[in-house]
Amino acid sequence: MPRTLVFCEYDNLGIKKGTQELLTLVQKIHIDSFALLLGNNGFNFAPLIEQLGTFGVKNVFVCQNEILKYYNPESFTQALNLTVESCKPELILASSSMMAKDLFPRLAAKIKTGVVSDCNSLEITTEKVVVTRPLYSGKCTAQVDFLNSPIKVVLMRANQLPIEKAQTPSSPKVNTLSLPPLDLKTTVKSIVQGTVGKVDLTEANIIVSGGRGLGGPQNFKLLEDLASVLGGAVGASRAVADAGWVPHSLQVGQTGKTVSPTLYIACGISGAIQHLAGMSGSKVIVAINKDPEAPIFKKATYGIVGDLFEVVPLLTEEFRRILT
Amino acid sequence: MRIYVCVKQVPDTETKLKLKEDSTGIDVAGIKWIMNPYDEIAVEEALRIKEAKGGAANVTVVSVGPKSRITDCIRSALAMGADDGIAIDTAYEIDPFATAHLIHAALKKETSVDLILTGKLAIDDNCSSTGQALAEYLGIPHTSVVSKLTLQESGALAEREVEGGSREIVELRLPCLIAVNKGLNTPRYASLPGIMKAKKKPIKECTGSELGGDTFLKIKYSHFQLPAEKPPVKLIQGDSAQQAKELCRLLKEEAKVF
Repeated sequence: MPRTLVFCEYDNLGIKKGTQELLTLVQKIHIDSFALLLGNNGFNFAPLIEQLGTFGVKNVFVCQNEILKYYNPESFTQALNLTVESCKPELILASSSMMAKDLFPRLAAKIKTGVVSDCNSLEITTEKVVVTRPLYSGKCTAQVDFLNSPIKVVLMRANQLPIEKAQTPSSPKVNTLSLPPLDLKTTVKSIVQGTVGKVDLTEANIIVSGGRGLGGPQNFKLLEDLASVLGGAVGASRAVADAGWVPHSLQVGQTGKTVSPTLYIACGISGAIQHLAGMSGSKVIVAINKDPEAPIFKKATYGIVGDLFEVVPLLTEEFRRILT
Repeated sequence: MRIYVCVKQVPDTETKLKLKEDSTGIDVAGIKWIMNPYDEIAVEEALRIKEAKGGAANVTVVSVGPKSRITDCIRSALAMGADDGIAIDTAYEIDPFATAHLIHAALKKETSVDLILTGKLAIDDNCSSTGQALAEYLGIPHTSVVSKLTLQESGALAEREVEGGSREIVELRLPCLIAVNKGLNTPRYASLPGIMKAKKKPIKECTGSELGGDTFLKIKYSHFQLPAEKPPVKLIQGDSAQQAKELCRLLKEEAKVF
C-alpha cells in the first residue's frame, strides 16, 4: 500500500467532512498514513488531534507558524514541501476544496509531480491508485493516469465516500515541524467574513437552489428556511446571481460552483445546460417548477410540477415534522 | 508594463459530446470552440489596466494547443484589443503541467514580465492548475479566484473568494500571476475595426517540441465514459400538500437521503 499523507482541513466545528471521508478510507484499508495539520502559532490543536484519533490516525504532523494563520499559497507550499521531505509519501490525499485546488497545483509543480482534482472515485490497491474525474462539465468521466509522478496527489470531491469512525480510537503520535523564516511575496491583508456557520456549497450534503422562478431576492428566505431544516446550503442559478439577487459565491453552474451533494433541490430553475454542468454530479435531484417542459426535469430523480411558493413552505413543514 | 494573458480554447458548452470509439478521448469533429469564459475576463482586465495607464502597457496573449485552434483564440483576444500573441503549437492535448512548462519556456525569452493574468480554471477539464504551476516555475507569487484587482506602486491588491462565502484581500509583489473569477468585469465584444486590425497584429509562433516538448506531462486521461442514462423523472402528483408529503416520504424511504 502506498505511504499516504492526508492534508487535513478544519474549521470552528473541527475536521471538515471532506477530510473525514479520506481519513475513513485510509483507516479502512490499513494504509501506512500520516495526517497533516497547519495553523497559527499558539493555536490549540489538541481537540483536532483527538478527533483524528477517533478515525484511528496514528501519526500526525503539525506545523505551526504565524504565516500559516491564513491560507497563503507560498507559506502553505513550503510547509507541505517540508512535510513531504520528512514523511516521504507516495500518495497525498486532500479534499477538492477551493483552498486545495489553489495550493496543490503549486506544490505539485514544486515537487515535480502531478495532481488530479475533482475526483469522484478513488481506489487504492498495493499495485496502483485508480482515480476518475468528470470532464467537459460532467458530460463524461475519465480515468486519470499519473505519468512521471513520484508522488500522486489526489483531490477528492466531498460527499463521495462514507464517514465512519474507527472501532477503537487511537492516540496519535505528534511530530512537530518548524518552518524556516520565509521572504513572502504574498500577504493576506484582511478577511471579510461571510455569514458564520453557513455550510460551504462545495461541501454541502444537501443544497436547496433557486432560480428566476423565485421572482425576486426577497423570496430566497423560503429556500433558506428549507435549507436550515435540512442542515443544507442555499445555491442559485446564474440568472439570479447575475441579476444581483444573491452573491456570485452562491452560483452553481459552469461559471459558478461545481457541487456534488447527496440531495439537490432545484426550485424555479429551468435547467440551462450551464447550470446542469455544475450540479449533475448530485446523487438525488429534485426539481420543483411550474413549467412541465423545463429541461431540469430531464435530469431530476423526482419532480413536482407546481407552484414553488406553495410547495416549498409545505416541504419545510413536512421535513421539520419528520426530521425532528 | 508588460502584461501576459494565458488563454485556452474549449468546446462550447452547448456542444453535444461524442466519444471516440476506443474511449481514448472525445471526438473533436463538429465541436464549436470558444475562448474559455474565464480567460475572456482575464483579457478584458488586461485591456482595462492598459487603458487606465493611458496605453502605457503591452498586452500579449499566450496560448498552447493545436495551431489552428489557438490561433483563432489569440485572434479573438487581439480583436478585443490585445497587442500581440504567442502561439505554442502542440499537435495533441497536453496537461496543465506541460502547458505551464511550455508557457514558462516561452516567457523566459521575453524581455520582462510584470503581470500574468489567466482564468481561474478552464471549463473543459476544470483543473485550475496551469496558473499556479506557471507561477511556481517562474518563482513568482500567485492568487486565484480573484473578483477585484487594483494595481499599486508596490504590487497588486486582489480580492478573492474563499470558503464559506468569505473574501480575502491579498497583496502580491510584482511580477505576479492573477487567476480571475467571474464578477471582476464584463468582457467587451470585439468591434468590427478591432477584428480587421487583429488580422495584422503579430503572433509569434513556436512549437511545443522547440520549447521542451511533452516531457513534462504528469497526467493523462483514459477510459472515457458517458454518464449512465438517468431513469426518467418520477413526477409526483396531487395537490401541493400531497406532493410535499409524498416527496418527503420518497426521499426518506426510497432514496434514503435521511
